[in-house]
Amino acid sequence: MEHYLSLFVRSVFIENMALAFFLGMCTFLAISKKIQAAIGLGIAVIVVLTLTVPVNNLIYTYLLRDGALAWAGFPDVDLSFLGLLSYIGVIAAIVQIMEMFLDKFVPALYSALGVFLPLITVNCAIMGGSLFMVERDYNFTESVVYGAGAGTGWALAITALAGIREKLKYSDVPEGLRGLGITFITVGLMSLGFMSFGGIDL
Amino acid sequence: MGLRTILDDLEPHFEKGGRFEKWYALYEAVDTIFYSPGSVTKTTAHVRDGVDLKRIMITVWFCAFPAMFYGMWNIGFQANTIMADMGIAAGEGWRHALIGMFAGYNPASVWDNFWHGFWYFIPVYAVTFAVGGFWEVLFAMKRGHEVNEGFFVTSILFALICPPSIPLWQVALGISFGVVVGKEVFGGTGKNFLNPALTGRAFLFFAYPAQLSGDAVWTAVDGYTGATALSVVASDGMAALQDKLTWFDAFSGNMHGSMGEVSTIAILIGGAVLLWTGIASWRIVLGVFSGMVALSLLFNGIDSDNPMMAMPWYWHFVLGGFAFGMIFMATDPVSSAMTNTGKFIFGLLIGCMVVLIRVVNPAFPEGMMLAILFANLFAPLIDHFVVQANIKRRLARG
Repeated sequence: MEHYLSLFVRSVFIENMALAFFLGMCTFLAISKKIQAAIGLGIAVIVVLTLTVPVNNLIYTYLLRDGALAWAGFPDVDLSFLGLLSYIGVIAAIVQIMEMFLDKFVPALYSALGVFLPLITVNCAIMGGSLFMVERDYNFTESVVYGAGAGTGWALAITALAGIREKLKYSDVPEGLRGLGITFITVGLMSLGFMSFGGIDL
Repeated sequence: MGLRTILDDLEPHFEKGGRFEKWYALYEAVDTIFYSPGSVTKTTAHVRDGVDLKRIMITVWFCAFPAMFYGMWNIGFQANTIMADMGIAAGEGWRHALIGMFAGYNPASVWDNFWHGFWYFIPVYAVTFAVGGFWEVLFAMKRGHEVNEGFFVTSILFALICPPSIPLWQVALGISFGVVVGKEVFGGTGKNFLNPALTGRAFLFFAYPAQLSGDAVWTAVDGYTGATALSVVASDGMAALQDKLTWFDAFSGNMHGSMGEVSTIAILIGGAVLLWTGIASWRIVLGVFSGMVALSLLFNGIDSDNPMMAMPWYWHFVLGGFAFGMIFMATDPVSSAMTNTGKFIFGLLIGCMVVLIRVVNPAFPEGMMLAILFANLFAPLIDHFVVQANIKRRLARG
C-alpha cells in the first residue's frame, strides 16, 4: 500500500507531467484561460490517463513484449516494435468513446473543450504516460496508480495556471508579450515553484 | 518652501511636450520622495485614508530595519569570532581595507562587529538598489507608469535573504531577474503573481548553487566552512545541534545564515509593527504558524531514521528563514491570496510545505523560499474557490 501511495505522490508532484517534463504543452497553454474549462480538461485527462495506461499495460504484457505471446504458443516472438502504433490506437479509441459520452451527457463541457477534446489523442502527456509505463516496467496495479497520479498532477498544474491567468487579466503586459509569450514565462516561473519537490526520493 | 519651488520650476520640462518628457518617471519619483502627491480620486465615493501605497511600503521598509541592523552586527560578530579562533589578524581585499580604517577585529566590541558587517551588507544592498532601480526606472520610462515605492521593499528584502559572501555580480543578476521577469513583464507593482524578491533569490539558488547553498557561504570569512543549523540537524540529528546551539541562541540569532534571517526576535519586533498597523495580514501569519506546528507535530509522532522528523516545532520556528518568510514574504499583499478565508488557507499551505520540504526533501535543507513560491502559484486558485463558495452560499440563502 505504501509503495502505491508513494508512486502516486511522486507522479503528482515530483514528476509532474506538465511542470517537470513539460509534456502536453499545447493543450496546457491553450485551454488555461478559464478555470472552469481547465478543470474540465483536467478531469478528462485524468480519466483518459487512468484508462489508457493500464490498457496499454495489458497490451504490452500479453501481446507485445519479448516472449509475451508464450501463452499462444509463440515464445520467440517480439512485437515491441508495434508499441507506438498500438498505444496511439488505444488512446484514440478511448478518447473517441469519451467524446461521445461527453456529447451525450455533459454537453456544456463538450462545447467548452471544443476541438481540444479530440486533440487529447495527440496530447504528449497521454502518450508519455504509456511510454513511461513501458520504460519503467510497471505492473498492472502500478500502471493504474501511475496513470491516475500523472493525470492528477497535470490537472493540478493546468488549474493553477488557469487561476494565475485569470489573475493576470488585470496586469499590464508589454504589447509584444501578450497572449502566449507571457504564458510561456508564467509556466517557466511555475516550474520554478515546483522545483521544491525536485530531489525528493520516495 | 525652497525645494517645492525648485521642483515646481523643473516640472514643465518633464511634462508632455517638455524637453525631458522621457524622464518624467524619474522626476515624479524624486518629487514623491519629498512630498505627498496632491492628486485625489475625483469620481464616486471612496474611503479616504492617510495610508497610501507609499506609506505602506515605507513602513515595511522601516520594519525590516531591526533585522537588518542585527544582521550587520551578527555578520561581524560571527566573522570576528572565527578570525580570532583561526588566528587571522586582518582580512584582505577592498572590504577589509575599508573595515580597517575605522575599526579593528575584536569580537567583543559592538562597533567592530557592526562595522565589519556593514561592509558586507551595504555593498550588496547598494548593488541591489542600483541595478534593480535601473530596471525599475527604465520600465517606468518606457511603459509610462510611475516608479513605485514597492521597490524599496523588494530591494531590502532581497538583500537580506542573500548569504554574506555572495559575489556582487550575482546580486546584480538575481535582482535583475526578480524585478524584470518576476514583476515588470507583468506590468509592475501589483500585477505580478510571484514575490519578486523570492523569484530573484530562487533563480540564483538554482543557477549558482555553489554560492547560494552548502556550508561555506554563511560567514564572511574566506575558506571557513560552517553548516547552517538546519543542515546540521539533517545530517547529524537534533542532539548534535543542541551541543552547539541553545534554543535561545537561535531565537536571538547567534548563528550563521543569510544576512537578515538569523534573528527571530529582531524579525518579530518589525513583525509586531506590521501586524499592529494591519499591513501584514494576521490571518496569513497565523496560517503559516499553525500549518508549521501541525505538520511538525505530526512528523514528531512518526518513528523514522530521518533526524529531521524529530525536530520540534519551536526549533522549526527559530531556524532558517521561517520567521523572515512568515513576516515579510508570505504577507506580500500582491502575491498572497486576497480573500480572508483564502489568506488562512494560503498560510496553512506555506506552513505545511516548509516542514514538508525541510523534512522529506533531502536536496534542500531549507524550504521557506520554495514553500512561499509554491503557495504563490495556488493563491489565485484558492481565491477563486473561496469566492465560488461564497456565491453558492449566498444563492442558497436566497
